[in-house]
Amino acid sequence: MRVLLALLCLLLLGGARDPILVPEVSQHEVQVRQGFRGTELLLFGAILTPDGTRAGQDYDIVVVLKGPTRSIILREKQRIAGIWVNAESTEFRSAPTFFAVASSKPINRIVDDKTAAIYELGLPWLQLSPIGAYNPKEQARFSAGLVDLMQREQLYKDDSKGVKISEQVLYQARIKLPSSVQTGTYTAETFAITKGRVVASAIARVEVKKQGFERAVAQFAEYNGFFYGLLAVALSVAMGFMAGRLFALV
Amino acid sequence: MDVYLPIANLAVNGLIIVALGALTGILSGMFGVGGGFLTTPLMIFYGIPPTVAAASAASQVTGASVSGVLAHTKRGGVDYQMGGVMVAGGLIGTVIGAGLFRLLQELGQIDVVINVLYVLMLGGIGGVMARESWLVLKAQKSGVPLPAAKRRHHPMVASLPLRWRFYRSGLYISPLAPLLLGVFTGILTMLMGIGGGFVLVPAMLYILGMSAAVVVGTSLFQILFVTMMTTMMHALTTRAVDIVLAVLLLIGSVSGAQIGAQLAQKIPAERLRFALAAIVLVVALRMALGLGWQPDEIYTVTPS
Repeated sequence: MRVLLALLCLLLLGGARDPILVPEVSQHEVQVRQGFRGTELLLFGAILTPDGTRAGQDYDIVVVLKGPTRSIILREKQRIAGIWVNAESTEFRSAPTFFAVASSKPINRIVDDKTAAIYELGLPWLQLSPIGAYNPKEQARFSAGLVDLMQREQLYKDDSKGVKISEQVLYQARIKLPSSVQTGTYTAETFAITKGRVVASAIARVEVKKQGFERAVAQFAEYNGFFYGLLAVALSVAMGFMAGRLFALV
Repeated sequence: MDVYLPIANLAVNGLIIVALGALTGILSGMFGVGGGFLTTPLMIFYGIPPTVAAASAASQVTGASVSGVLAHTKRGGVDYQMGGVMVAGGLIGTVIGAGLFRLLQELGQIDVVINVLYVLMLGGIGGVMARESWLVLKAQKSGVPLPAAKRRHHPMVASLPLRWRFYRSGLYISPLAPLLLGVFTGILTMLMGIGGGFVLVPAMLYILGMSAAVVVGTSLFQILFVTMMTTMMHALTTRAVDIVLAVLLLIGSVSGAQIGAQLAQKIPAERLRFALAAIVLVVALRMALGLGWQPDEIYTVTPS
């Protein structure tokens, strides 16, 4: 289907000089269920010239995999009267729950800062939509704090050697999703860049969803709190009781 | 063995969680405390979100106290009248605690408050326990017996109005005293995910002046009901009870509790109390370092 679409694009864009990107993802659906330890997505594809031959030119590829965004409050601890307490905070309206950038070269050698900011190429250019008084210095400090925290949780990544291009035609990048990923729709955007200019881009989607038992438990807890609580209480009483009985026999 | 926790949203090593449950179960069997004071911080160190850790630890304490209550009931070691009053107080406490939890979450200080509470409660009680058991151990070595402590309640308890007779506890005091004690532990349970046994037992001994024979059984009785209520409150308000996590902890703790109970009969009580005091103080110290020296993380994220 995707190949057909790409071919259609080829025909429609027959006259254009810009190359065409045909992206693909190894998995369009990631199932989160028992035994899920995270997964590795393979993002690959081809760069073609409009006449269908190989691109021939020097291209750089940047792949951005972005998870669903959410609005968050980020709090910063400061030492007040000898104790570390949450002092300042800021609110971000669109903090992605997952953000990974892979490129064939370090981003700053592929594009200038302006282009990188426009296309969100790289962690420094995340568009977090801060709310409230805008103080650039403070916002920068908070964004850096968030990026650092998320990077250590493996949820934000920056891999400047993550994309391999072979023969100027095929590219591939591997991005690992840890087990703590949020469910939702992930978008994988691929950019072909030459001489500092984005010449082609394409989007693929990946659905991450809980399945089976995990999905049932999450929904039970969310929509039926009372009975979920009763079940948890009943389970703990029953297990405590059974253990008492079992050990009494020993 | 990897297990995915559907509410905490991450995969953990199931064996580590079971071992953690077993460790606290052994403690609870040996000392008659729930062990929640150890489970919650250890789960947070392991990477489980703090709210989920506190909410799920309560159900583990329930499981560990069930068999304890049964055992003490057989020996007549539960004062149901006293326990009932404290349970009533505990239920009021969990409701207040749930309100406080939400308020502190909105203020963004929940993690700081939990840490401060841990340091104060554990540091204070661990310190007192360590001192006392050390004195007993020293007295045993030198052969000079300590002057027998008089069992009596705190003067403040005597000044409360309305008096009831609690036969099994050997007390004629105002029911308001155990009620307030129950309220206090209920709040602690909700906020810290602990059963409150390590607060209750000394308070019942030294503030109420209850007969030692019914202290542990009655405190377990109160903890059992209060932790059940806490699980319900969390299920209804924070929705952070992870049932898979709770079952893993329970597997460890219910069997650990039985092992602990058997160990307790082999080791002298004073040594046990000294060991417990040492564990409590280590946890308090670790938490104090996070508060005063360097927190684990400068930045924390909460969904808004």
